[in-house]
Formats: sequence, structure tokens, C-alpha cells
Amino acid sequence: MPKKLYSKFFIFFLLGLTYISAKESASGGDLKAEIKEYILHHLQDTHDFTLLSYTDEQGKKIHIGAPLPVILWDEGLKIFSSSKFHHGESVAHVGENYYKLDHGKIYKTDAAGTINYDDSHHATNIAPLDLSITKGVVSLLFTALIMFFLFKGLADSYKKNGMVAKGVGRFFEPIVIYIRDEIAIPNIGEKHHRRYMGYLLTLFFFVWFLNLLGLTPLGINATGNIAVTFCLALITFVITNVSGKKEYWKHIFWMPGVPWPMKIVLAPIELLGVLIKPFSLMIRLYANISAGHIVLMSLISLIFIFKNWFGSSLSFMLAFSISIIEILVAALQAYIFTVLSALYFGFAVEEHDHDDH
Amino acid sequence: MEKLISEFSFGLFFWQLFIFIGLILLLKKFAWRPILDAVNERETSIKDALSSADEARKEIASLQEDNQKILQEARAEREALLKEARTSGADLLAKAKEDAKLEADKILSQAQDAIQNEKRAAINELKNQVAQISLEIAEKVIEGELEDKDKQTNLVEKLLKDASL
Repeated sequence: MPKKLYSKFFIFFLLGLTYISAKESASGGDLKAEIKEYILHHLQDTHDFTLLSYTDEQGKKIHIGAPLPVILWDEGLKIFSSSKFHHGESVAHVGENYYKLDHGKIYKTDAAGTINYDDSHHATNIAPLDLSITKGVVSLLFTALIMFFLFKGLADSYKKNGMVAKGVGRFFEPIVIYIRDEIAIPNIGEKHHRRYMGYLLTLFFFVWFLNLLGLTPLGINATGNIAVTFCLALITFVITNVSGKKEYWKHIFWMPGVPWPMKIVLAPIELLGVLIKPFSLMIRLYANISAGHIVLMSLISLIFIFKNWFGSSLSFMLAFSISIIEILVAALQAYIFTVLSALYFGFAVEEHDHDDH
Repeated sequence: MEKLISEFSFGLFFWQLFIFIGLILLLKKFAWRPILDAVNERETSIKDALSSADEARKEIASLQEDNQKILQEARAEREALLKEARTSGADLLAKAKEDAKLEADKILSQAQDAIQNEKRAAINELKNQVAQISLEIAEKVIEGELEDKDKQTNLVEKLLKDASL
């Protein structure tokens, strides 16, 4: 009971922190527009790890957080600290070049930091190849480290403890077994599943942990970033098509068991399906997590728009319940991504020993 | 869609690819393989233990069956023995009866024989005595009757006739 109470208190504490990070300066300007800007800003990757920012009495913006290394390839490797950008307010002078942040992107500018826009409000300046360790990269690294030590600990605990998992591994072991028995084996088959276990397990826990990390008030949004989900979907796509057997390609280009005119019609559809499958994986995860973040942040922001007991507490209750749903969604989206990946691998390695179809 | 493409961060993609593939390879070597091996090993050992327990149970059942069989056999044997004893007892009794009967018959017939003999001997003796008495009577009669010749002859004939027994 005290433990339960403690965890409840912890959740309240986390939510409380989320308010603080959401509470940007309310001084001047349209609050709603500012909130919208803030949410959009949150959904994007940033070049520094800002926990919270506010405007002090003198109207000066104060950011609390840590700068991160910027790595650029612009006729040679350029590495410098993101503190040089001063959160996009100033021009970074590196060697002979000047760089400026504009909407989360680094552009090469002149000494004054002028950024030219075209008609559709796109910057026309040269954007150098940006391989910076951004907030997203930090969260990826953090998740990777946690996963490595967590599962290495689980693996080692078997040796030390006579084939029985110990400690936190006891919680994760059934999930590992679930992924093997309920996701990999039914979709891929007993014969081939072992080859894909490494990817499926890593994928599930990586997506799940990143989703959960996105719910903490650290303001991380990695799985709600299209680059991350694109990468995951790309790996699923590559593994599917590399492991595709004769049967798989035959089903795409020359569908057995249908009359030949239909075969010609089906081939482009099936070929398109090969691309649509990973594409839907990419969009599904991105959209679900982004939407969750937008809804949650909007509801929290409503507290500051209402500014009265009734509306604010209602928003708080809504935000609280959405947070709980989001915890479920975090696991659900990881599960869906893993199941569908396993299903596609299953199609690729399927062997038909029957002619009819 | 256009917004998504313009917002696409190549750097994040690059690092994600790098970190994720590295993580897959590292975890495969250090975590997933040992974990799955350990789980498999444990499952097979559990399966083996269960199947050996099942075998033991079957063995016990067959042992019990054997016991039952042996018990049944013993019971049948006892039954057979009892039956045999009963029949042999009856046989013995019957035989004894028969023997006794035979003996009795034998004794009876012997007794009858003896009686017959005794009777014959008694008759013979009686005959002898009667003959003697007759002779004595005859002697006396003859002594008295011998005075008359005819009478004598008639008498002898009559006597002889009567004497044929």
C-alpha cells in the first residue's frame, strides 16, 4: 500500500513538472499562439537539451538545460557546442563560417545571420549536412544504454541464479517469452523465427522505452519524429525483402492460382504493397505518438488558458486520464510495430507445400 | 506530407540507424542469445522433468497393476487349492465310505459263509445224531419187531423210505 501511494505521488510529481515546462512566459502576446508555437516546437528535435525555459522580470528569456554538441559537415568536419546558438537567438561563428538556427534547422549565413526566404516561406540558405547530437539522439543513446544494461543484467542473472531471472529481469522475462511465443512463432513459424528474434525484441523494447520516455516531463519526442520511425520502417523493409524467398517474389510478380490477366493486374498492386507496408508502419507510429503529445500538451495548456478552479481542474483530470491512456498507447504501438514486422517477415519466409491458393 | 519531408532530419536518421543497428548487434550477442538459450534450456528441462514424472507415474500404475495381478493370481490359487482340498476331502470320504462298505460287505459275506458252514456242520451233526438216534430207535424197534419176518421187511422198507432226506 505505501508503495502504491508512493507511485501515485510520483505520477503527480511528474505531471507537476510537466506544467512547469509547459508554463512559458505569459507576458505579452497571444497566449494561445504562444502555446501552439511551444507545442510545435516540442514536437521537433532540438540542438540543446532544455528542461524548462521562462522569462524573468526583466523580460529576458532564461533556459534551464544543457547544450549539446553540434556536428556539421561543411567542407570539413565542424564540431562545436550548441550554446553558441543561444537557443537560435545568435549567430554561431565557427572558423570562417557563420551558422544560424531557424526552425530547428542549421543554415549557413553571413556574419549578420540573414536568412532569406522564398515565396512559400522556405529558407533558401545552404543547409550543411547536420549530424549533431541533438536531444533526440541523446534520448536514443540513453534508451540504448538502459536497454543494454537491463538485458545484459537479465542474461547474466541466469548464470548466477541457476536459470532463474532475478531482480527487474523478472518483469521483462515474461515479455521476452511473450514476444517469442505470441508474436514471432505464430507469424514467422517455428522454423525461421529464431533468426528474427534479435531484431523483434530490440525493436519492441526500443520503441516501448522511447514511447515511455516521451511521456516523462523531459520533453523528449523521439518516436514522434518521422526520421526515427522512417529508420525503423526501413530496417523492417530491408530485412523483409532480403529474406524474401522464391515464394514471396512469386506472389508479388506472378500470383499463383489466378488467371493470367489478373496476374498482370495484381503485380503492380502487390509491388506497391511492398512499399506501403513499411510506409504504414512509419506513419502509424509517428502519428500516434505525435497526436498523443499534442493532445496531452494541449490539455495541460488549457489549465493556463482557463485560469479558474473549475476549468483548470477539469483540464487537469483530462490530462491525467490521457496520460494514463498514453502509457497504454506506448506499449500498444510498440506491440503493433513488432507484430506487423513479424507478419511481414512471415510472408517473406513462408513456404507453401500446397498448390491451391 | 511536404511538411514531413521538409522537417525530416537526416542527422537524427543517421544516428538512429547507427545506434539501433549497433544495439541490435550488441544485444543479440550479450542479451538475447543468452536469454533465449537460458529460457529454452529451462523449458526443455521442465519438459523433461514433466515427462519423467509422467513416466514414473505410468511405472507406478503398471506396478500397481502388477500387484493387482499377483494378488488376483494368489486369490485364484487359494481358491483352487481350497476347491481341490474340498474335492479331495469329499473323494477321500467317498473312498472311505466305499472301502468301509466293501469291508462291511466282505465281513458280511464272510459271516454268511461262516454261518452257512456252521449251519452245514450243524445239519451234518444233526443228521449224524438223528441217524444215531434213529439207529438206536431202530435197534430197539428192530429188537422188538424182529419177531415177525414180514413185519421186519416192511418196517425196514418204510424206514428207508422215510430216511431219505
